[in-house]
Amino acid sequence: MTDILAIIGDGDEIPDGPRPQGLSDKALLRIFSWLVLLRTFDERAVALQRQGRIGTYPMFWGEEATQAGPLFACDESDWLWPSYRQSAIGILRGLPASTPLLYRRGIGGAHGFWNPRTYRVAPICIPIGTHLPHAVGLAWAARMRGESLASLVWFGDGATSEGDFHEAMNFAAVFKAPVIFFCVNNQWAISTPVSRQTATETIAEKAVAYGMPAVRVDGFDPLACWSATRQALDRARTGGGPFLIEAYCYRLAPHGTADDPSRYRDEAEARRWRALEPVGRTAAYLRRLGVLDDEREEAARLEASEIMARAVEDMEAVERPGPAILFEPVYGSAMPWTLSEGLSSFPAEWVAGGA
Amino acid sequence: MVEGLNLALDQAMAADDRVLVMGEDVARTGGVFRVTAGLLDKYGDDRVIDTPLAEAGIVGTAIGMAVYGLLPVIEIQFDTFVYPGFEQIVVHAARYAWRTRGEVPASIVVRIPFGGGVRAPELHSDSPEALFAHVPGLKVVCPSTPEDARDMLLAAIEHPDPVIFMEPKRIYRAGRQDFPEEPPFDISSADGVTTDYLSKARIARSGHDLALISYGATVPACMEAAERLSSERGVDARVVDLRSLYPLDVDTLVDAATACGRAVVVHEAPRTAGLGAEVSSLIHERAMLDLEAPVGRVTGFDVPFPQFINEDDYIPSVDRILAGCNKVLDW
Ligand SMILES: Cc1ncc(C[n+]2csc(CCOP(=O)(O)OP(=O)(O)O)c2C)c(N)n1
Ligand SMILES: [Mg+2]
Repeated sequence: MTDILAIIGDGDEIPDGPRPQGLSDKALLRIFSWLVLLRTFDERAVALQRQGRIGTYPMFWGEEATQAGPLFACDESDWLWPSYRQSAIGILRGLPASTPLLYRRGIGGAHGFWNPRTYRVAPICIPIGTHLPHAVGLAWAARMRGESLASLVWFGDGATSEGDFHEAMNFAAVFKAPVIFFCVNNQWAISTPVSRQTATETIAEKAVAYGMPAVRVDGFDPLACWSATRQALDRARTGGGPFLIEAYCYRLAPHGTADDPSRYRDEAEARRWRALEPVGRTAAYLRRLGVLDDEREEAARLEASEIMARAVEDMEAVERPGPAILFEPVYGSAMPWTLSEGLSSFPAEWVAGGA
Repeated sequence: MVEGLNLALDQAMAADDRVLVMGEDVARTGGVFRVTAGLLDKYGDDRVIDTPLAEAGIVGTAIGMAVYGLLPVIEIQFDTFVYPGFEQIVVHAARYAWRTRGEVPASIVVRIPFGGGVRAPELHSDSPEALFAHVPGLKVVCPSTPEDARDMLLAAIEHPDPVIFMEPKRIYRAGRQDFPEEPPFDISSADGVTTDYLSKARIARSGHDLALISYGATVPACMEAAERLSSERGVDARVVDLRSLYPLDVDTLVDAATACGRAVVVHEAPRTAGLGAEVSSLIHERAMLDLEAPVGRVTGFDVPFPQFINEDDYIPSVDRILAGCNKVLDW
């Protein structure tokens, strides 16, 4: 189980694997444009944080393939369950890019949150690993109703230490819930190396104990991520049950904008891994295939910059909400008196906000 | 306060080889708030331990270590992340003494940086202290000064019972204070002394017109409110820093209410079933006839802690505290 599935080579000593069946030139370009959009979002968000326009931000620079790859394998009916690291994943499902920016600007309510049923994207999960059971429950429920959809749930290597990971894996296997457990093993949980999370050599082998199959893929290779997810989904949709995918990679960036990794790891090691980062590597591969040229690459970058420029404008057009935002969305039913009393303690002219 | 906490850990580890520190990212980086900085180099990785990312595992194994005879001090990275360890705290840590004829209490300290006001991301700002104060078998404390942080943490470590040690992260780096570096008691024979540091409120400001009762990060706000009451209306407020949230220092509370005749409780946590309800109830039960007005409460609202752009709407400000005081004064 230590083998790692990769498709994209290095254009030199490591040859490219066979081009995956079922991916047209157009599809490959689409995956590439997703990688570029995610990269652009991430770099833009880090810049906004440095300028004090958004708060602390956990960047995913280098992990774009683990997001675009598996998502491209999904149908629109499938549900996505991001961890806090995939906080922009919704933009690949039609969520305005300003929404995850507003969330990071510290604005909730209708600005920074969204209706998960609209996009089939759950709210991002901050407490590590605790969303895995939700992904199982939804997929299990759909299966009970004979609906063919699956859950794709992302989590890190650190998350595999939490009890919720194990409980979710077990439920999914026992009830044959169509769930793709997508573990981004970037080998770090803040300052803690993966060797401190588990004594097994791989994350993938944990699947054996739950009675589900697993595969390890190159987490810097979007096509490997796509291909494994596609196979896992085909199996899950036909009643085969859950699947664990371990996307082996490396956290190329700091844990977040407040983190300084030189305090706890050898940054020369991070620099060596950086050669594998997925955007440049995929671009080179697509050029070898003759699918990408300068013009197309430029077009993808331009489109992404435009989307982000608009998103930043939209973000900044939102005024600071008034205190009503604390109270109004707390319950699905009418506000209990305890909340109305709290809200009415604010001067009326503040409540709507805008200051 | 961070330095005070670090000093307490250092002094306890130096004096008592049963003490060890564990949690997520506490060793190599010294914790996300740097409270455990430097300890790894001094005491080695058997006593300063980066754990897997699993709060139930951290609390649960700490309980096992305590049953063996060690004194683990564990760090929960942020308030909200204690919840996966809640079962271990409530069911096991809290009841070990009870289920072992009082002979083997789970002598652990659970350090929890808590509360808002630092522009943190969502779910990094909860105030869950009332959840713990409600659980029989736990001691729950919260310092608001660097010196108390040091003294109370030392006492918590040497104390037989499990202590939930709430650290108000908003004032982690506020209010430098000089205090004697020497531990306040002899660590090698702390038996019986530790309870004093874990059960008594502190009079942070003396006064006879109004008792302002609080703990943690809202204590400095109450001090400021008290100064303004004095200059704006000539009201002399006594500020009581609870320090111990369970058990409450009932004598100090009743004294303050009796002496002042009016009292206001302030905390950041949501109002319903919060510490304010307990304090208010105690005062009404024991000092009713000395009161000029019902006890007031200035608290967070019954809502999830908001996203940070709105956190100042949630956290009791000096103005809100003043408004609460004026209501009680004008009753
Ligand atoms: C229950 C819980 N405990 C602790 C944390 C604090 N924390 C945030 S991210 C993180 C590390 C997560 O590592 P991993 O699962 O590998 O994901 P990655 O950061 O690598 O994406 C920790 C400990 C948290 N968010 N939730
Ligand atoms: Mg990781």
